[in-house]
Amino acid sequence: MTAACCLSALAALLFSCDANREKPGLAFVNGPEPQTLDPALISGQSEGRLAYCLFEGLTRLNETGDVVPGAADHWDISADGKTYTFHLRPDLRWSNGQPLTAKDFADSWRRVLEPETRAVYADVLFVIENAQRYQKGELKDFNQVGIRVLDNDTLQVRLIAPTPYFINLVGFATYLPTPLTVIEKYGNNWTRPQNFAGNGAYLLQDWKLNDRVEFKANPLYWDAANVKIKRVDALAATQGNTAVNLYFTGQADLILDRGLILPQILPGLKKRRDLHVFNYLGTYFYRFNTSRPPFDNPLVRKAFSAAIDRDTIVNKITLGGEQAASSFVPDLIKGYQPYAGIGYNPDQARSWLAAAGYPNGKGFPRISILYNSSQQHAGIAVEIQAMWKRVLNVDVELRQVEWTAYLQALDGLDYDIARSSWVGDYPDPNTFLSCFTSGNGNNRTGWHNANYDAILQAANREVDPAKRFALLRSAEKILTNDEPPIAPLFFYVGMQLYDPDKFGGIHGTPLDDHPIQDIYRKDVK
Amino acid sequence: MAAFIFKRILQMLVILVIVVSGTFLMMRIAPGSPFALERKLDPAVEQRLNAQYHLDGTLLQQLGSYWGNLFHGNLGESLKYQNRSVAEIIAYSLPKSASIGLIALVLALGVGIFTGSLAAANHNGGIDRGAMFLALAGICLPTFLIAPLLALLFAIYLEWLPVAGWGSLSNLVLPAICLAAPYAAYCSRLMRTSMLDVLNQDFVRTARAKGLSESAVIYRHALKIGILPLISYTGPLAANLLTGSMVVETIFNIPGIGPFFVNSVLNRDIFLVGGTVIVYFTILVTLNTIVDILYTYLDKRIKLW
Repeated sequence: MTAACCLSALAALLFSCDANREKPGLAFVNGPEPQTLDPALISGQSEGRLAYCLFEGLTRLNETGDVVPGAADHWDISADGKTYTFHLRPDLRWSNGQPLTAKDFADSWRRVLEPETRAVYADVLFVIENAQRYQKGELKDFNQVGIRVLDNDTLQVRLIAPTPYFINLVGFATYLPTPLTVIEKYGNNWTRPQNFAGNGAYLLQDWKLNDRVEFKANPLYWDAANVKIKRVDALAATQGNTAVNLYFTGQADLILDRGLILPQILPGLKKRRDLHVFNYLGTYFYRFNTSRPPFDNPLVRKAFSAAIDRDTIVNKITLGGEQAASSFVPDLIKGYQPYAGIGYNPDQARSWLAAAGYPNGKGFPRISILYNSSQQHAGIAVEIQAMWKRVLNVDVELRQVEWTAYLQALDGLDYDIARSSWVGDYPDPNTFLSCFTSGNGNNRTGWHNANYDAILQAANREVDPAKRFALLRSAEKILTNDEPPIAPLFFYVGMQLYDPDKFGGIHGTPLDDHPIQDIYRKDVK
Repeated sequence: MAAFIFKRILQMLVILVIVVSGTFLMMRIAPGSPFALERKLDPAVEQRLNAQYHLDGTLLQQLGSYWGNLFHGNLGESLKYQNRSVAEIIAYSLPKSASIGLIALVLALGVGIFTGSLAAANHNGGIDRGAMFLALAGICLPTFLIAPLLALLFAIYLEWLPVAGWGSLSNLVLPAICLAAPYAAYCSRLMRTSMLDVLNQDFVRTARAKGLSESAVIYRHALKIGILPLISYTGPLAANLLTGSMVVETIFNIPGIGPFFVNSVLNRDIFLVGGTVIVYFTILVTLNTIVDILYTYLDKRIKLW
């Protein structure tokens, strides 16, 4: 009796606020605990997913990954492709009832550009005239930045160059509107449920650290009638086993991350209707440190790239149906044909290495592959180590370090070869190719090629889409064929786990974005 | 006793300063920035972030400003979980770990004392061998193996208990058992060894000679002394269990403090590392002091003050 009393007291103490929790219509596993829900500050995919529930940009991506009107219901683009005029929907409101106007967008973007905000993704706004100068502090007057509020419902943006993907960018997390009056009032704590205001399909009901973020439908959202599931929980889980266990015991309805679906269980899962596999804009590749021998020699880089049998890696290790890659840009962008560079060719690899002065690997210095701790990265590195020994007769060491040390080694060019990946921010080759311009922070290879930079600049000025893509393709040829600083290995696949009889509105999309507001239940009327 | 406790607190403060300063310096010397991302961070932004958290300047200046905050009772902000203070994270997650840890502690001690003394009483008998075999298994089998196996059996096949998560008492059962298993085994072995030792002592022979029943000999006389080594082990054991476990909490998706111990180090989330170290240290030292005081009551031969 006493024990029972103690237990119920303990339960009341521990779970008091959970007792009257309404069961969500959808509970999905969202990966790691979100670091923040402030759209100006987020950097991770899992945070982005939550931000898109809570906020809506001028445009948004729909369930199939196409751009559709969001807070703006239409827009005009000037003939030179550099001026965009967005017309907002009338009578938009923040979830706290305040009107949402064009000025809110301009203020939110200014906040991203203000150095004090410390927005880590601020550079996605640099396509806007003078945005970069303002962020660097070289320009004090925000009125000179190419963002104009014409009236309450009209926002005009001037760009440095015609940027065909700008219509995607304005839907991107960093471009989401943030409620400045709320932020001024509560400071850092504005994303707490009790203070929060947003303009998205959902409201923040609760945010339990390392447990879950709870959403409920936002009645003031302009399209609230089409938000089918009224209560949604985003669970935090970092372990694949745990996530899949939650799914199979019905505590989670949906897993959206390929990383949580472990390769070991894929053979079994592939027989089920729950597993959904699709291609998206992500590439796994190796970087060469071109700033020091032996990889300062393009022939050596080409030899190492040609000695990698990509098919073995996808068939033996990744197992998810990934495609071997010889281009850097995945073949998923309408109108763009990626340039297939160096592929597996052992004879060619040996002759390149010999031409570089290392016949049959003789005299080749000891080098290492750098990768961050992960079973998959290790498996791939071991496989490639063996390939290089077999084809080139070169000994390569493995250097596994933890994440922060890995990033530091990349930035400091303190490596020979490094495992890397890149996932597109918008569906355009530029999101991949711009990484390797001289001095770009994401270059991290020490590689610079004046011709490559010039082609990308010319492509940026080009208004005609076909000509622009042709220019970009010729740049990709330099990157993956002529003097490659990288060896693309394979293209990522995305995976989802859900019961297709219970849920609809989830598709494979090029950016692996899956708007929660478009998901509906098939089993509940 | 007051003087004893006062002396202990003084000692504790000195060690705390050394431990926290050492941790802070090692974390700052370790390669990697707490703000690093896969996508290159603008150096100007990183500089501002460092300045905001007083992580610029020399190591000593950084340490000084950290101690300045600590003296004002401010554990600082998490660098990773922006807008959460270290104090908030600990206040939120520690009670969850502690509740599982408390159940595990009771389980580990209860099972350990019972099986250990039973085994000692049946020295070299079947029960002894059986119990010690189980104990050895409990020590050898790692938690990351036991936990998924229990989850598979009780949650997936039998569907008696939830497989993971937080929200009801049934969520506590499997994590507590997993957490307790290896410690129950240690306790059991410790208890058995100690009891065997005690059962050979003169006062036990006297008790038996007086004609007391075997159970009275064991449970009323021998146990009181035999349990002493276990009591001294309880201090660090409780500190371990109450502060959660990375493995168990990750596998069962418990929003406890365990994963923060490890992840904050990997993330270079320096103030969170400092906060967890202070918490762990304080709990450990406090429990050890309590154990020392308990000792003097159980064994009158021991004098600490």
